[in-house]
Amino acid sequence: MTLVRIPDDALAVACGADRVARRFEELGATVERVSSWGMHWLEPLVEIDGIGFGPVGVADVEGVLAGGSDLSVGRIEDHPFIASQTRLTFARAGKTRPLSLQDYAATGGWKGLERARAMTAEAITAEVTASGLRGRGGAGFPAGIKWETVRTANGVRKYIVCNADEGDSGTFADRMLMEGDPFVLIEGMAIAGLAVGAAKGFVYIRSEYPHAVRKMEAAVRLAAPLVAPFEIEVRVGAGAYVCGEETSLLNSLEGKRGEVRAKPPLPAHEGLFGCPTVINNVLTLAAIPYILAEGAQAYADYGMGRSRGTMPVQLAGNIRFGGLYETAFGATLGELIGIGGGSASGRPVKAVQVGGPLGAYFPPSLFDTPFDYEAFTARDGLIGHGGVVVFDDSVDMAAQARFAFEFCAAESCGKCTPCRIGAVRGRETIERVIAGDPDGLALVADLCETMKFGSLCALGAFTPYPVMSAITHFPADFVVEERV
Amino acid sequence: MELDEIVARHIGREGPLLPILHDVQAAAGFVSEEAIRDIAQALNLSRAEVSGVVSFYHDFRRTPDPRPAIRLCRAEACQARGSEALAAHAERVAGERVRVGTVYCLGLCTVGPNAMVGDELHARLDEGAVSALIGAM
Repeated sequence: MTLVRIPDDALAVACGADRVARRFEELGATVERVSSWGMHWLEPLVEIDGIGFGPVGVADVEGVLAGGSDLSVGRIEDHPFIASQTRLTFARAGKTRPLSLQDYAATGGWKGLERARAMTAEAITAEVTASGLRGRGGAGFPAGIKWETVRTANGVRKYIVCNADEGDSGTFADRMLMEGDPFVLIEGMAIAGLAVGAAKGFVYIRSEYPHAVRKMEAAVRLAAPLVAPFEIEVRVGAGAYVCGEETSLLNSLEGKRGEVRAKPPLPAHEGLFGCPTVINNVLTLAAIPYILAEGAQAYADYGMGRSRGTMPVQLAGNIRFGGLYETAFGATLGELIGIGGGSASGRPVKAVQVGGPLGAYFPPSLFDTPFDYEAFTARDGLIGHGGVVVFDDSVDMAAQARFAFEFCAAESCGKCTPCRIGAVRGRETIERVIAGDPDGLALVADLCETMKFGSLCALGAFTPYPVMSAITHFPADFVVEERV
Repeated sequence: MELDEIVARHIGREGPLLPILHDVQAAAGFVSEEAIRDIAQALNLSRAEVSGVVSFYHDFRRTPDPRPAIRLCRAEACQARGSEALAAHAERVAGERVRVGTVYCLGLCTVGPNAMVGDELHARLDEGAVSALIGAM
C-alpha cells in the first residue's frame, strides 16, 4: 500500500490538505500527517517515497497515485529552495509527525535536555551566551545574558514565558514551529527552566492561531512526564497585537489589560507576578536544544558579525516562491528575494517591508543590505522577527504610510501619549498630505521623532520606521499632482 | 455552560481572568454586564477592573451579534496580494446578513488573501471564493 505524507500545518489545511488527505484514503492509500516543508506555493505538498507533488487538489489525487502526474517537483530534499537552506531550528520540518514522541526522539530530540541535566545552571547559561544567540522576537538581546540575569536574581519562584504572540504580518515561523515541531519548543523551555531555576513555564499563543494552540496543548500533555518536574501551561491571547510586547504579555498573562509596563524593573528582575522571568520568543527557545546538543560553537560558526547562528526568514506577500527560508545571517535582501523568485504577480518589485508592521520599507537600491541586526539598524530598518513582505509596483507608499499610523492607532495600548495620540494625529496628517497639503510632511517627520524617542515600547517607537522609510525612499508617492 | 462552572474550572490557575473570559465569550457570544459582575465577585476584583480587561481585547464583545461572521486578513502581506479590493467585495456580498470583520494576520502570509470563519482557515481567496464562502454562511 502506498504511504502518502501530507502536512497538517494550518497553511496546508487552509489550502485544502484535509480534503486531499481524505481523497487519498478513499483511494486506498495510507496517509501520514507530517509537518510542512515550508514551500508554501506548493501546498498542499504531498510526498510519496521522497518525491513531492504540489500543489495537489482533490481532482489531482488519482493522477498522483497512478504515477502520471505533472505536479511532481522531484525529490523534495534536493529542491533548490530546501537544499540551499541551513536548517538548524527547522531541522525536522517536513520530516516528522508533529505529535509523535517516537519521531522526535528518533531525530535527536531530548539530547539537549539530557546534556543540560548533567550540567550546572551556570554552565548552561554560559553555553547559551557563548552561542551568540540573540532574541529572535525582534529586539535581538543576547539570550544568555538575559538567562544569567534571571539565574542570579533573588526569588523563590521564577518563570519561563514563551512569547508566541506572533502578530507581525509576513511572519509565520512561530506558527510553523509550534504546529510542526512542538516538542523542540518544550525542550527549549525545559532547558531554560534548568538554567535559571524555574519550575513553571507559560506559552502565550495568539488567538488567531487556533491550530497552534491545539497542537501545543496536545504536545505539552504528551511531553509532561519527560520534562517533569518542569511544568508548562498554554495560554491564549485575545486579539491584542501589543501583547507581543513582553511587558504587555506579562500583564495579559496575569489577567490584566495588556498595557505596557515601564522598564525598569526588567522582567528578568520583576516579571510575571513580580517574579524573575525569562521571556523569550518561540524561535529563541526553539534554537536552544540544538545549542545544548551540538555545543555553542557549532551554532556560533554560522552567521556574520554579532549576528550568530541562523534566522528562519519568512518570504511573504507578493512573492512567487513564498515560505520559510532558514539561513545563516549574512544573506542579502536581494538574494532572499531572488530565492523567492520575485513577485507573484510578475510585475517589478517596488518595495519590501522587513520586520513586520513596525519595520522599514526597503527600495531595490538597498537590496544589498545583508540580513544582520546591525546592518539593518545602520539603514534605519530592523530585521524584527524575520518577515520579508514583497510589494510590486502597484503599491502606493503613501497609503502604506497611512496604514502604519492606522495600525498603531488601532493597536496602541493607550498607556503612553506619543503612541496613543501620535498615531491618530499621524494618520490625519498623512491624509492631509495625500489631499495635497505640502507642509504636512515636515510635521509627520517631527511627530515621528517624538514617537521614536518618547514612546514606552516598540509599537509607538517603531511605527516611524515604515512611515519615514516610505517618505524617504519613495518621495514620488507623496507628491500630489497639480490640480487645474 | 454555566458561569459558575466556567469560573470553577479556571479559578485555581495563576491569572485566571483571560481563560474565564474566553470561555464566557465562546459560550454566550459576548460578555454581559451580569457576567462581568459575577466574575468580579468570584475573583475578588472590582467590576471596573473586569470591564477594563473586557474592553481592552478585540476578542471580547460587550453586546451580542447573532449574525454569522467572517474575518478577512487585511495586514500588509495580504494587502500586497489584493486584500483591500477583496474586502470591499466581501462587504458588498455580505450586506447586513453577515458580519465582515478584520483580522491582522493569520500567519498564512504567502497564500493570501486569507480569511477565518470560526476556527476554519481559508487561503488563496478571490472574489468568487469569498462570494461562495459568504453565501454558504
